[in-house]
Amino acid sequence: MSHCEPEATGSVAAGTLHVALVGSPNAGKTTLFNALTGLRAKTANYPGVTVSRREGLVHVDGRDLTLVDLPGTYGLDAISPDEQIVSDALRGELPGVDKPDAIAVVADASTLERSLLFMADILRLDIPTCLIVTMTDELAARGGSLDLDVLAVALGVPVVGVIGHRGIGLDAVRTLLANPQEWARPVLPPAAESGRRSAWVASVLRSAYRPPGRDRRTRRVDAVLLHPVWGVLVFVAVMLAFFQAIFTLAAPMIDGLDSAFNSLSTLLKDHISGWLGELLGDGVVAGVGGVLVFLPQIALLFLILTVLEKVGYLARAAFLADRLMGRFGLEGRSFVSMLSSFACAIPGIMSTRTIPSERRRIATMMAAPLMTCSARLPVFTLLISAFVPDERVLGPVRTQGLALFGLYALGAVSGLLYAGVLNLFALSGSAAPVIMELPPYRRPTLRAVLLQTWDGAWSFIRKAGTVILASSLALWLMLNISFGSPPQGLDTVQRDSWKLEHSVAGNMGKAMETVFSPLGFEWRTNVAVIGSLAAREVFVTTLALSTAAESEDSLPARLHELRNDDGSKVYDAATVAAILVFFVYALQCFSTVAVLRRETNSWKWPAIAFASMFVLAYVGALIARVVVHAVT
Amino acid sequence: MTGVIPLCDAPVGAVVTVVEVLAGPHGQGRRLEDLGIVAGTEILVERRAPLGDPTVYEVRRARLAVRRGDAQFVRVAVGDENTGPYVAL
Repeated sequence: MSHCEPEATGSVAAGTLHVALVGSPNAGKTTLFNALTGLRAKTANYPGVTVSRREGLVHVDGRDLTLVDLPGTYGLDAISPDEQIVSDALRGELPGVDKPDAIAVVADASTLERSLLFMADILRLDIPTCLIVTMTDELAARGGSLDLDVLAVALGVPVVGVIGHRGIGLDAVRTLLANPQEWARPVLPPAAESGRRSAWVASVLRSAYRPPGRDRRTRRVDAVLLHPVWGVLVFVAVMLAFFQAIFTLAAPMIDGLDSAFNSLSTLLKDHISGWLGELLGDGVVAGVGGVLVFLPQIALLFLILTVLEKVGYLARAAFLADRLMGRFGLEGRSFVSMLSSFACAIPGIMSTRTIPSERRRIATMMAAPLMTCSARLPVFTLLISAFVPDERVLGPVRTQGLALFGLYALGAVSGLLYAGVLNLFALSGSAAPVIMELPPYRRPTLRAVLLQTWDGAWSFIRKAGTVILASSLALWLMLNISFGSPPQGLDTVQRDSWKLEHSVAGNMGKAMETVFSPLGFEWRTNVAVIGSLAAREVFVTTLALSTAAESEDSLPARLHELRNDDGSKVYDAATVAAILVFFVYALQCFSTVAVLRRETNSWKWPAIAFASMFVLAYVGALIARVVVHAVT
Repeated sequence: MTGVIPLCDAPVGAVVTVVEVLAGPHGQGRRLEDLGIVAGTEILVERRAPLGDPTVYEVRRARLAVRRGDAQFVRVAVGDENTGPYVAL
């Protein structure tokens, strides 16, 4: 194995053997990766690009090897950015990343013919390669068969079978991966030309493989779910249930957490005297807690998305929506990216890497921030639960859920139109093919679902502990450092209120009133808008802090009680509507701007997005205020 | 070669045999070949989306949704056993 020696220097630095896991989407690659590496996987980015690179250690015979999970791909002739990464990584052309010492191709047993076409390309790279066949149980259930030993001889490389989600065959895979230097290598690599490549696959499979029968169950389900009438009805019902669940199922948990944080805050202020108690009680607990209470809702959102994806429904949703998305210069996968953006625009934007066409990809990325992300949810939930009366409309549908759905719909429709306008006037370039696979319906394992949900929820918790904690502290300081001293003869509450108004934040908020007063935003709202630039949820935190001096009531009650100097309500229906609409449109999220910059590799698109969405937000909020004012 | 049509024009329910895969301007041909669509492959035209596009095709037991604009690069012969040598299905 002389050729391994020069490469070994690169690997020795990391101390381990690098094995790359490749395969087509839905082949069970990630399930296998998780099963092999347990929870020791870590996600990082490739240098320069933001394609996530999942790496994990596999422990075999007392040593560790590094397993790299590459994005799913159908071929080495990349047509999407995701595929380009795979192609470059395997050829060792990715700067800063070592060429793998070995490649493990993961193939779904029921679509083995196609996977071997890809295998043929991999074998021409002249890196030790093995084949891991997954879902052999599904193959058997559908009447197919596969002789792994015969296939190994025909291919000239080692072959093992696994049932990843049940953990069958994992030990054999571990042992195999540990010793790539012992793997058999084919005498002659298969031909590149497509006819001969296809003939090679047929000859390799001839005596080893009997393809499965048609997947009757999946086709029966699809006969309903893709049906022109039933399919569309189910689609609408799934989307409605999705939003209704987020709002109603999580509500009791949110209330529970809210009162827990309130008690903790009071406890701290009672037992630690002076400014430290205030800082911990109001700055830390009330600030961070005001956002953390939405954890159940956000976890639920990630949970539902994960289940829909793993069952196979998201691919159907993409199929159903493709034509409609096409009208706006998008495609079916844009729909999935946009749906993910309801959790957070960042994974949504990153998921556009599976979209081969640059033009459609940019259009999708630009529309993603208009989808209502989970960070807006705390703002919407607070204002809706405080200001929209909870009444039954029809069956389980209630006014509050309907109001929330309306905001989501406004964002989604605006996002589509926004993409359409961009596509007409600002985008050029070609359209790569739109080909999507409809995988068989599968029952995901609880573990896989929980793992992915936890990933999403954990990143939210981490944000609460870092960005939101830091901005809470900064805001607390800005709210508590005041200029001048209050006039004589005020009681405690009045003095606190005076101090707040003359604080650093109060002054900033007042300065902004010249711009925002047409929307009905008074200084407290403006401070909260500034705060929300770090993360939208901070809006809630800021309102909690800036109204803390007013009374000890819950935040919604405090908002109702706030009065202007003339005795009118600070938050009337028109102003609340304006705030809601403002949050539907405004791109107040530095992380999203940063991701847009990295993914498009220019400041042009994030600049256009930020400026145009601010204009939309301002004008939209103004219209909302005028309209609501007229009807109430 | 009578009866050779673009795949996108094949009726739903038909079993067709690929005669030729054209390159296409945006790498369509190569991608379709990577997915196992080569001369001789049998394709079942399974169903169209409610809005008419894309169409689900069954190719080598995988089900692919392909837009009209991309499926046009696959030239197929409609439904009889003598058109192609491919019998693995």
